[in-house]
Amino acid sequence: MARCLYLGSFLFTKMVNTPRISMGVKTCLIKTWTPHSQGKAITIHSAIHSDSEKNSLSEEKVIIHFINQDGIRTTTAVTEGQTLLDVVVNKNLDISGFGACEGTLACSTCHLIFDKTFYEKMEPTVDEEMDMLDLAYGLTKTSRLGCQVTVQKWMDGMTVQVPQEVRDAVGSKGSQ
Amino acid sequence: MSTHKAALCKVQILKLFLTSARCGRITRFHGVCGLSTSTPASSAKVCIVGGGPAGFYTAQHLVKTRTDVQVDIYERLPVPFGLVRFGVAPDHPEVKNVINTFTQTAQHARCSFHGNVRVGKDVTVEELQEAYHAVVLSYGAEGNRTMGVPGEDLAGVYSAKDFVGWYNGLPRNSELRPDLSCETAVILGQGNVALDVARILLSPVDILKKTDITQHALDALAESSVRRVLIVGRRGPLQVACTIKELREMVNLPGTRPEMEASEFEGIAETLKSLARPRKRLTELLLKAAIETPGEEELERRNRAERAWGFRFLRKPLEVLPSTDLIRAAGIRLAVNRLEGDGEGVRAVATGEVEDVECGLVISSIGYKSLLIDPAVPFDARKAIIPNTMGRVQQTAGLYCSGWVKRGPTGVIATTMNDSFDTARTLLQDIGKGTLDVSTVKPGSQGVSTLLEKRGVKPVSFSDWEKIDSEETRRGEIKGKPREKMLDVGEMLQVARA
Repeated sequence: MARCLYLGSFLFTKMVNTPRISMGVKTCLIKTWTPHSQGKAITIHSAIHSDSEKNSLSEEKVIIHFINQDGIRTTTAVTEGQTLLDVVVNKNLDISGFGACEGTLACSTCHLIFDKTFYEKMEPTVDEEMDMLDLAYGLTKTSRLGCQVTVQKWMDGMTVQVPQEVRDAVGSKGSQ
Repeated sequence: MSTHKAALCKVQILKLFLTSARCGRITRFHGVCGLSTSTPASSAKVCIVGGGPAGFYTAQHLVKTRTDVQVDIYERLPVPFGLVRFGVAPDHPEVKNVINTFTQTAQHARCSFHGNVRVGKDVTVEELQEAYHAVVLSYGAEGNRTMGVPGEDLAGVYSAKDFVGWYNGLPRNSELRPDLSCETAVILGQGNVALDVARILLSPVDILKKTDITQHALDALAESSVRRVLIVGRRGPLQVACTIKELREMVNLPGTRPEMEASEFEGIAETLKSLARPRKRLTELLLKAAIETPGEEELERRNRAERAWGFRFLRKPLEVLPSTDLIRAAGIRLAVNRLEGDGEGVRAVATGEVEDVECGLVISSIGYKSLLIDPAVPFDARKAIIPNTMGRVQQTAGLYCSGWVKRGPTGVIATTMNDSFDTARTLLQDIGKGTLDVSTVKPGSQGVSTLLEKRGVKPVSFSDWEKIDSEETRRGEIKGKPREKMLDVGEMLQVARA
């Protein structure tokens, strides 16, 4: 099940091989609810909006999927060159407390977890990023700080996620 | 009315209806949803005590999640932001970027800031509970743990909390006037606060003068004779509480060289492969600075350096030794420890040996500590926190807590952020389930204003703070600094009321 944030209409999901949104259709934000398992259900929204994005036909966009702390997946179509923190901010994605220091390597709140294949293709992490990443809650071997990762064409179809919410008995997570 | 105007009216009314429907409540036709000057009587009114990161992040989550919550933040000082303003080191301006988010929260239609109000003195927690549906205590830790040793009261001995407050412009520390005329300073504690103090003591003044460090601290540091800083901890290299970014800053500090005892690092290199990555990288850097033979360039740099710093391990303070006139600190007596146990359970045990170190400045950086501000609030004096379960204060309905006063004084801003979101979630859950009754009409800030007026207390609003902010920025600009902080509450109030 998914919901178009523009029209408010509900859509049915269907399994597809390529997560590409067809040209000619307004690219828009699609929120899907996926179970916490790694289900690959992707929605295609085929309704046409009255105003179309100016450059949707001429500028090639990169599709990136974000999974937030509650397992909610959001698909975005973004241009190359911006950082993943820029994407979260510009697209107003619902990820709580993301990017507190505004991309200055002074915190670890833009921590994102990548798939191994994409992680290995990225530029190696410099010391300054690693230093802050070391403090991140839920650190993994394929973690990076979103403010240091720039969107590139080959990232098309990539999924990134923030650590899933874990509530212990005391009720707080991510302590130093 | 012309048909054109009538049509416009209809469109306006339709827009308002749609926006108000989307907001989930009926607003009067005063303005767009969220900017209405009259909040519906049925909205939940929450009061937050403390205008630091915990207070602001708790407020942020509350107003963002429910559109019928009104949040008022009360702060003791006329200026907001707590330790982000008074704790974060002047040479870490990026860490203070969170202030932008806090400013957005304070300027939100359903949030308001009330500075210059001392909860526990100007208004009691009980009175707040009567005026609001819920009260969240987020007032942090304004005290500090003491070493509890003889000589702690001698001149030249300070808590890191006060020393940091001094160079960061906390009004109550403005008269500290620490004596920096000695050669050696000893810092007890090896956390990030200890490293901040060491770094500020040894940083070239040319670097500091471009930061928002207070002028009187800058002047004192320019005259400082301190050339050597020892950062002393009870346990070993694997237990240092600081993080790698701060250690790297010490290693790279211009004009300084590391000076440590190789014997204190015996056996450490062998443990590296079994360590988790964060601890491993930290220990590697520490070993590199402490015992590795430097390359030619680095060796030359160290030889030219006029200031030195180093960690000393397995040392615990026993006594601060007085000068011959018995007025000031002249040295510190340290007990030598050894380690017992392993992993998380490593303990420091006294060996019986004792060591004296000559020094004129002793700074204890062994922890901040929360205080009780109102007898009506349950308080665990041993742990120095408010007893709570997931942010709900024990045995007191409608009372919550977030930040250091809830969990203890450790962690970075992001830790407090997550913790504050947790408390906000708990509170919202309670509203949703009905365990927190928000159906009654509460006077909120109106009720408190009446009390404060009677008591001659005039709160400082967020736009009043903005006047202080502008003036501090203006004064800083003249000197090439981001701001020149005001040190006196009276002056702050004067500018706020102008």
